Amino acid sequence: MKKCRVVECFFRVLMIGSTALVLGSLILILGTVVWRGLSALNLAMLTQTPKGGYYLGKEGGILNAIVGSLYLAGGATLLALTISLPIALYLNLYAARSRRGELARLALDVLWGVPSIVYGAFGFTLMVWLGVRASLLGGIIALALLELPIMIRGMDEAIAMIPVALKEASYALGATRLETALKVVVRQTTPALLTAVLLAFGRGIGDAAAVLFTAGYTDRLPDSLFGPAASLPLAVFFQLGTPFPAVQERAYASALVLTVIVLALSLISRRLAGRLNKHVVR
Amino acid sequence: MENALGSVQPKHWKRPWSLSLRPGRPGQDWLAGRVAALLTLATVLLVPLIALALLLRSLPILEARPLGELLFSSTWHPLKGAFGYFPFITGTLWVTGVAMGVAVPPSLLTAIYLAEYASARTRALIKPFIDLLAGIPSVVYGVWGVLMIVPLIQKTAPSIGAWLGFIPLFRADNPTGYSVLAGGLVLAVMVFPIIIAVAEEVIRAVPQGLREASLALGATRWQTVTRVVLPRARPGVIAAVVLGFSRAFGETMAVLMVVGNVARVPGSIFDAAYPLPALIANNYGEMMSVPLYDAALLGAALILLLMVLAFNMISRLVLMRVTRAE
Repeated sequence: MKKCRVVECFFRVLMIGSTALVLGSLILILGTVVWRGLSALNLAMLTQTPKGGYYLGKEGGILNAIVGSLYLAGGATLLALTISLPIALYLNLYAARSRRGELARLALDVLWGVPSIVYGAFGFTLMVWLGVRASLLGGIIALALLELPIMIRGMDEAIAMIPVALKEASYALGATRLETALKVVVRQTTPALLTAVLLAFGRGIGDAAAVLFTAGYTDRLPDSLFGPAASLPLAVFFQLGTPFPAVQERAYASALVLTVIVLALSLISRRLAGRLNKHVVR
Repeated sequence: MENALGSVQPKHWKRPWSLSLRPGRPGQDWLAGRVAALLTLATVLLVPLIALALLLRSLPILEARPLGELLFSSTWHPLKGAFGYFPFITGTLWVTGVAMGVAVPPSLLTAIYLAEYASARTRALIKPFIDLLAGIPSVVYGVWGVLMIVPLIQKTAPSIGAWLGFIPLFRADNPTGYSVLAGGLVLAVMVFPIIIAVAEEVIRAVPQGLREASLALGATRWQTVTRVVLPRARPGVIAAVVLGFSRAFGETMAVLMVVGNVARVPGSIFDAAYPLPALIANNYGEMMSVPLYDAALLGAALILLLMVLAFNMISRLVLMRVTRAE
């Protein structure tokens, strides 16, 4: 019995230690980025585009990257949403428990594992074939591909949780599957769907590899779908790659801006999910 | 109406051959179903489509060089027309291997703690922070690696090398700190939340009655976990590890920033490496100006995709074996 208690104690300590390690690394990451980023952050960085010689340490800011990232991730999320929602509804209402549905879920799982750099390379080959240059539109399409499996998985999980009785009640009233999908299922799952959308947005805005090939980079604000667009992750990457400490400091500040956007999104999604549930039947 | 919902779905129309035969709401329903089915099909076909597009673009180099030379040659010199992927493939495997070795034990222990030991309040307190970790962009992980992990390794590598250097794995010849270990550690932290989230879910899904039966027989909690709960949750736990693995495998930016990017087969965890995603991301700028270079880089993307697909298939086969055995 004594031995048992020792083993029990040992693993308990090990488990609490592991949890502390995971939480500690989160604190270390946020702490490092906030501490190094805040000292370099100023208003000009948030409100100006890079002026001449910005990458040598002269004045300017990263407004181009902030706006570019919001356009890229926003456009990609809209595009992915219009494709994901029908697919998630189809899998649960039209192809429920069928072989087709299972196969589709399997393929979507595989798609989830495709690295973002592969989406970037694929987007690049498409653009070469179509004769399009690196542009906002190319970046949006590549990011939408990246967000698609993430969004569908989140929505699928949410919709699968709906009580069967709710759907049966709708069918019993004579509603078609389409009507059930739009008027019952979507309303019932709005908070969870929104969480899935914001999760995908967060992944999209933080991804650098997919936009590297497809969206290009520019020091100006994006003004057309067919012109290049800057993005925050690439701004961090490029500024960190310069040999000037002053510019590297700005990379830390840019990383802080990106982190704040992503964390704010996750907080907002938590708050909204709590509020949008007035149509939810419990 | 062949689907399983047919039991509740009224069958008040026959399959028509044109839209006009289906007016009104049933027609809308049918049309929406077709459109959604097409969208689903297109998304499902995306993976083969990506593979095909990359294969077509990398054909020039596959025709110009024998496959064995491409995969197993260690010389990478685009200007001289030498394209050997071996250092990059091994670099990817090294970094991912170190990352999984570091990430899996603490992730599973944390998942067990959250699912089996922690009170509901503790779990509700900790879970949001783990979700937060999952949301941090990879480039931010990279910045953290550059600011913290790389200097740490630079400082500690010589003493570890002096102590354990007789094992080739720990030889410290690289004074910069940009190394396999740095990439592995950064990736490990990125993978933590993925493994923890999935593993915790599957462990919690194990029926409560099993635990109660085990505890009633006098087993301790840890014995219950290792002999009753984990065997039952094994397929799901394997799936969690595979998900983390595939995320680590293709991660580009965070690794690229800390791994050193030297095209040589690494021999020690303190050596620099050059994984496949980093190769593609670092050189896309000049790939159109050197002959065969673009084909070589898109070939690298194809290899990466095929490796991810292969690991996916293997894990699925393992899962099927495990679930069938039970």
